[in-house]
Amino acid sequence: MPRFSKIIATGLAALTFSGAVAVAQDLPAPVEARQGQFRIMALNIGVLGQMARGNTEYDADAASAAASNLLTISMLNQSFHWPEGTDSFGLDGTRALPAIWENPEDFAAKWGDFGTAAEALAAVAGDGLEGMQAALGPVGGTCGACHDDYREAQ
Amino acid sequence: MGRFFGILVALGALGLAAFWVLTRPDHVTEAEVAGLTGDAAAGEAIFWAGGCASCHADAEAEGEERLILSGGEGLVSDFGTFYPPNISPDPEHGIGGWTLAEFVTAMQNGISPEGRHYYPAFPYPAYRLAERQDLADLFAFLQTLPEDDTESPAHEVGFPFNIRRAVGGWNLLYLSDDYVVQGELSAEEARGRYLAEALAHCGECHTPRDALGGPDRAAWLTGAPNPTGTGRIPALTPDELRWSTTEIAAYLNDGFTPSFDSAGGHMRSVILNLANLPDADRQAIAAYLKVLPPAQN
Repeated sequence: MPRFSKIIATGLAALTFSGAVAVAQDLPAPVEARQGQFRIMALNIGVLGQMARGNTEYDADAASAAASNLLTISMLNQSFHWPEGTDSFGLDGTRALPAIWENPEDFAAKWGDFGTAAEALAAVAGDGLEGMQAALGPVGGTCGACHDDYREAQ
Repeated sequence: MGRFFGILVALGALGLAAFWVLTRPDHVTEAEVAGLTGDAAAGEAIFWAGGCASCHADAEAEGEERLILSGGEGLVSDFGTFYPPNISPDPEHGIGGWTLAEFVTAMQNGISPEGRHYYPAFPYPAYRLAERQDLADLFAFLQTLPEDDTESPAHEVGFPFNIRRAVGGWNLLYLSDDYVVQGELSAEEARGRYLAEALAHCGECHTPRDALGGPDRAAWLTGAPNPTGTGRIPALTPDELRWSTTEIAAYLNDGFTPSFDSAGGHMRSVILNLANLPDADRQAIAAYLKVLPPAQN
C-alpha cells in the first residue's frame, strides 16, 4: 500500500509539472480519443522525464509503472482513432497532417517504432536510473520522428 | 532634349556601375587567415552549434549518418527550391579541395570559391558574426568527416531570382556585422547570443521575413509562418515562451517540452545537434532568450 501511494504521489507531481491542458470543444470523438491517448503518453513520459532530468528522485516502482503504461498504450489498436477527414486541413483543433492518410503504412510503422522503443524501456525502467535514461531517449526519438512528418507546426 | 537624354544615360550607366561595384563578391584573403590553425576537436562543438548536419546530411539520417554531409533535402521557399550542397571532404563533389580562406569567404560573405554569390538559404548572414578561429576549427573538423561523392543538384529558382548578382544587392540590404540584441549582457547571455545569432541561426525560422526574404530584425525571434509547410514557427521572446531557463535548456537537450510533449519538425533536428553541446551552452541560449525584446511592443 505505501508503494502504491508513492506511485500516486509521483503521478501527482507529474500532473503539477505538466500543468493544465485546455480541451478543445466539439471535436469528433475519435479526435478527442487520440488526443487523450497522447496526453496519457505525455503524462507517463513526464514521470520518467523528470527523473531522467534529475528533477525528481528515481523511483523504480513509479518508473516501471510509467513505462508499462507507455507499452500498454502502444498496444492499442489505432484503427478507430484516425477516420478520414479528421486532418488539420479539414478540422480546427487538430494538428494531424493529411500526410497521415497519404502514407498510412509509414504512419503505422512509426507507431510500431514507438511500441518497440516502449518495450525496451519497460524492460529496464525498474532496474536503475541510467538504464531508464538510456532507454527513454529512443522513445522520445520515435515521438519526434512521427511529429516530424505528420504533425503540423504550432 | 538630347542633352537631357545624355545625362539620363550617363546617370543610368553610373548607377549600373555603382551596383556592379557594390555587389562585387568580397573575398577573404589567404593573408587574413594565415595566423589561424584549426583544431578539429574544438571544431566539433562549432559543427553541432552551427547546425550543419540539419541541412547538409540526408533528412532521414540518424546517429553517425548525420556526419555524412552529402547534401540534404531541398528547402522550399517563395523564391524557389534550394538544395543544400555536398560539403563532405570529397575533393571533387564536396569541399575537400578548398582553402581556409575560401571556406571563411563562403561562411561569412556568402561567396563560392568560383566567385559566385550563394543564396541566403545558406545562413552566412549568421555565420558572418562567428569568430574566425571557430571557423578554422570547424573547417578542420569537417575535413575529418567521411567523403561522399554525391553530386549537388542545381537549385530550382526562376527568373529573376536566378540572377546571382542580385544576391549582392540583397547582401547590401541585409548583411550586418552587428548582433540584433544590443545592450549590457552578462557573460552567459553574451555566450547565448553568440550561439543563437552567430552559429545556431535560430532567426532563420523564428524571425519573420519581408517581401525580399530579409529578416525583420525589429521582430527578432517573434515567430513566423512555417517556411516548409503549414502552421507557425513559435515566438521565442520571454512574453511568449514562458518556460523557465532550466526548462528551455532541458528541452534543447532531450526534446521534451515542460508538459512532455515531444518536439517535431525541423526543431527535432536542431535538438539532435544542440544535445551534443555542454549543458552550460544550452543554459546560455536559454538565458539569451530571456533578454529578448518582447514580441508585443
